[in-house]
Amino acid sequence: MFKFLFKRLLVLVPVFFGVTLVAFGFIRALPGDPVEVLAGERGVTPERHAELMAQLGFDKPMWQQYLSYVGDVLQGDLGTSLITNRPVVEEFFELFPATAELGLCAILFAILLGIPAGIIAAVKRGSFVDQGIMSLSLVGYSMPIFWWGLLLIILFSNTLNLTPVSGRLSFLFDVEPVTGFMLVDTLLSDEEGSFWNALHHLVLPSVVLGTIPLAVIARQTRSAMLEVLSEDYVRTAKAKGLSPVRVIAVHALRNAMITVITVIGLQVAVLLAGAILTETIFGWPGIGKWIIFSVFSRDYFAVQGGLLLIAVSVMAVNLIVDLLYGLINPRILH
Amino acid sequence: MTTTTATPSPAATTSQSVRQQQWREFWFYFSASKTAVAGLVFLIGVILVALFADFISPHLPAEQYREFAEIPPAWMEGGQMRFFLGTDYAGRDMLSRIIHGARLSLLAGCIVVLLSASIGIFLGLVAGFKGGWVETIIMRVMDTIMAVPGLLMALVLVALLGPGLLNAMVAIAITYTPSFVRLARASTINEMNRDYVTASRVAGAGPLRLMFISILPNCMAPLIVQGTLSFSTAILDTAALGFLGMGAQAPLPEWGTLIAENRDLMLSAPWTVTFPGIAILLAVLAINLMGDGLRDALDPKLKRS
Amino acid sequence: MKKTLLALSLGLGLAVSGAAQAKTLVFCSEGSPEGFNPSLYSAGTTFDASSQTLFNRLVQFEAGSTKVVPGLAESWTASADGLEYTFKLRKGVKYHTTKDFTPTRDFNADDILFTFNRMWKEDHPYHDVSGGDYKYFGWMSMGDLLKSIEKVDDYTVKFTLNYAEAPFVSNMAMDFASVLSAEYGDVLAASGNKEDIDHKPVGTGPFVFKSYQKDAMIRYTAHDDYWGGRSNIDKLVFAITTDANVRYQKMKAGECHVMPYPNPADVAAMDKDPDINLMRQEGLNVGYLAFNTEKPPFDQKLVRQALNMAINKQSILDVVFKGAGSVAKNPIPPTIWSYNDDVKDYDYDPAKAKAMLAEAGVVGLKTNIWAMPVQRPYNPNARRMAELIQADWAKVGVEAEIVTFEWGEYLKRSKNGEHDTVLLGWTGDNGDPDNFMYVLLGCDAAKSGGNRARWCNEEFDSTLRQAKQITDQAERTALYEKAQVIFKEEAPWVTIAHSVVFKPVRKEVTGFKVHPLGSHIFYDGVDLK
Repeated sequence: MFKFLFKRLLVLVPVFFGVTLVAFGFIRALPGDPVEVLAGERGVTPERHAELMAQLGFDKPMWQQYLSYVGDVLQGDLGTSLITNRPVVEEFFELFPATAELGLCAILFAILLGIPAGIIAAVKRGSFVDQGIMSLSLVGYSMPIFWWGLLLIILFSNTLNLTPVSGRLSFLFDVEPVTGFMLVDTLLSDEEGSFWNALHHLVLPSVVLGTIPLAVIARQTRSAMLEVLSEDYVRTAKAKGLSPVRVIAVHALRNAMITVITVIGLQVAVLLAGAILTETIFGWPGIGKWIIFSVFSRDYFAVQGGLLLIAVSVMAVNLIVDLLYGLINPRILH
Repeated sequence: MTTTTATPSPAATTSQSVRQQQWREFWFYFSASKTAVAGLVFLIGVILVALFADFISPHLPAEQYREFAEIPPAWMEGGQMRFFLGTDYAGRDMLSRIIHGARLSLLAGCIVVLLSASIGIFLGLVAGFKGGWVETIIMRVMDTIMAVPGLLMALVLVALLGPGLLNAMVAIAITYTPSFVRLARASTINEMNRDYVTASRVAGAGPLRLMFISILPNCMAPLIVQGTLSFSTAILDTAALGFLGMGAQAPLPEWGTLIAENRDLMLSAPWTVTFPGIAILLAVLAINLMGDGLRDALDPKLKRS
Repeated sequence: MKKTLLALSLGLGLAVSGAAQAKTLVFCSEGSPEGFNPSLYSAGTTFDASSQTLFNRLVQFEAGSTKVVPGLAESWTASADGLEYTFKLRKGVKYHTTKDFTPTRDFNADDILFTFNRMWKEDHPYHDVSGGDYKYFGWMSMGDLLKSIEKVDDYTVKFTLNYAEAPFVSNMAMDFASVLSAEYGDVLAASGNKEDIDHKPVGTGPFVFKSYQKDAMIRYTAHDDYWGGRSNIDKLVFAITTDANVRYQKMKAGECHVMPYPNPADVAAMDKDPDINLMRQEGLNVGYLAFNTEKPPFDQKLVRQALNMAINKQSILDVVFKGAGSVAKNPIPPTIWSYNDDVKDYDYDPAKAKAMLAEAGVVGLKTNIWAMPVQRPYNPNARRMAELIQADWAKVGVEAEIVTFEWGEYLKRSKNGEHDTVLLGWTGDNGDPDNFMYVLLGCDAAKSGGNRARWCNEEFDSTLRQAKQITDQAERTALYEKAQVIFKEEAPWVTIAHSVVFKPVRKEVTGFKVHPLGSHIFYDGVDLK
């Protein structure tokens, strides 16, 4: 187990440095000039420009800049946002729970709907239900989610007035951020009704962000189930007269889960990419919205730090999935 | 069951009759799926529309009929037949813009796939064939690209290259490369141990010949499937970048850009946002339907399901 | 209350009425503040969230106008040569009490010295805190202008200038000159948390900072001991909502009372909405297309005039501004004193334009139009605007290519004069005409690049220089009016539009005024019914 973990971590080390190089390289190669952007229409004198560039460390040779950057990173210092003058790490972790909460709800939505749908499709293979589920899942898989989000807003928020338009919680509730997870914080606070309000705000964004994972999970569950259902021991169990529900629940589902967990793990990166679009559309104060704002406003250090932190998050989740996979299926550990 | 991937004799792979045989077999499996055929037919339709956009579209895509701004589609109140799907803020015909947009979206999909597949397959073949430190470097670089979510990586790359359709395509292609590399490498390693490779090696075939003439054709099937999948996601990602303002720039009528430029009319003139989205959805859906059929027809393992 | 919550949980969200016992006003602000110290930042969003709510300045702009009125200074006097300004400070002004700080003394001259020396003196212990880049202090050339700041007594401060600068008092009313607390500075320095001065603000303003959740919400409470009297609003909330569509939807749902920057496309619907009071005012800005007068054929006056005539400005206003703008003929907006209404604009006349181009010997001109990649108050969609100009110019035989760069690059390259024609604009800082004309069209600016037309007209420039030295407003007015006539004749720009600022405000809100400088102020008589 530890050997496996060690091996996986060892592979991650060069990737980590690769990402620092990418983050660093991109930012230096960007055509824009941070000082110029900050000055806007008013402009900046050449002397002041040089002074500010020096303050940012942009006047030193590239390799020196990189070394000092990596040194800082290893000490946990990812630089300071050019816009807010606050440490990037602080900003990231302030916003991270919002994205995590949205992501978890989206994946939960995908699992709760996708796995049963996949199982039903597999069991009723070839039927009208199967075809319906599979066509729908393919539609979901083909969905441009930014458009899907706009469509749902037009429909549910604007025409039917059923869901809030954006944000995480109504201003009416003054909820102290403790964990950063709104569902938890609202339960901890004594603001009556705030939990339901927070949940309400989560519905549309979770559906939008969960659409593609839902489609993938449904399809994967179906094919994994089909594979398992055709295996000998399941057929034997069926032949022995065990109830079909029991056969599916005990034998087939457990084995199909292995495939499905891997798929869920793979969806994390997809989810983070989707979060950029979803958060932009729903005004969700999370990492996705922050990073795209940082890209647009040329907040060099925020992009550099954010890129690294997001990559590390993805790597961490993949590692956890690998370990989980190993726990369920010990063969791959060796 | 004979399949395209497992034709053993190296001499036979080049012969005409085997190819025909393979093709017939492929078509047999592919045409078994009605949805796949439907997808193919629709896609061919879209391609024809894109090719003949100049003849089909009722107006020029950039022609501004300023006195007819924000006219609803023909079947709605106030709509006009000459602007069948309505007009946008400057009075440009939505239908014509969407028709011309098909060109850009399909082109973007093609170029992304061609770029990422050719680079990816080449690197994958090299990695699988050479092994050693070459392989390590290639694979670690690919891991690095994969560590950052695709859209974010593309966004940052476009920020670097400057917004625009061409740069968006290049950026997306880069983020798609790793999957081709991995696939090509895995297949290469797989094929390397087979007899026919050993045979041609003994016969003195050079490494390039081995890579491209012997090994590559035998691991085409999964690559074709991956290419189709990439084609549809490339259209989606190009549109997403366009939507974020980092892809094709107005007045180019790329579908995602159309949604972005009309987003502030989302409530007052919803058709300007709805139809480009439907266009994206249908095109991507058609490609995915076809892709499913292709995979079933090409991949023997999945044929059972 | 229960009923309200039910409505909320159904998402109907008419929560506004539920908060009747404590008056809560919600402002759907357009973005996150950069921080909470206006001297470090430049965005209006930041100023709304800091200088206008939490702080005061020596002098301030009167609500709804650009007139300068007493603030923390009760009165001020200028010496005859215009080099010395003496401010008499207000007594009994209380600072905010927050979680981290309880003031032990009232506001006095030390706070003024602390505030300005921090920005000015490089050896000040707070100078380098939070990056030490004091944007407006630099842009207004305060460093060159100031000779000394002296504390005469606890309630008198004297500013001495290096040269006469008529707009100085107006500068003191600008957001960057917001007065901090020297005592808070000492406390934070002692505990080693200097940065907190910019992120956990303490001021003298009408509201006290309570909490900030990044990208989501800022909360304030009324300052009970405010020197101008306690605000009618008990709680003020900034609900950060970056998308204009969403702001409008929230407003319709009653989730916010006031919103800035509506979508031009939604303005007509807002006007019809019985729950919304749509306020409007000309913005203090100008959007323009500058010809690079160093590059032929734009060095010819005739060509510049012809291309002016070739553009259908009204159509641009209809399509790009959706009516939320007015055609500009002068480089300054009509809300600024000395606006010359006698100046006649070039009429839209493509036939004449074509003839004039021919007369100038310009045939088959190929050029470019630079369109900026960002949305600005003076130009909601530069791309769209460029497309329209491109189409208009095509009709007179000028073929223009639209060029765009990312924002920083755009500013830099246009400053270097790489463009043929460039779209840009300006938003006024202090309501003085000098702040438009000298900064954008003076010969100094042509050298430094701020003058995107790279246009240096001796007569125009000397008129402006003369106006800078005089403090008498009537004399200055005459000079600026003359300058505008020269400008129009020479046509270094196509003056396109001044935006009209729309402020949708819900009917429950009373006493809200639209501020010409663009700030949002929730004091000064603002109340909820």
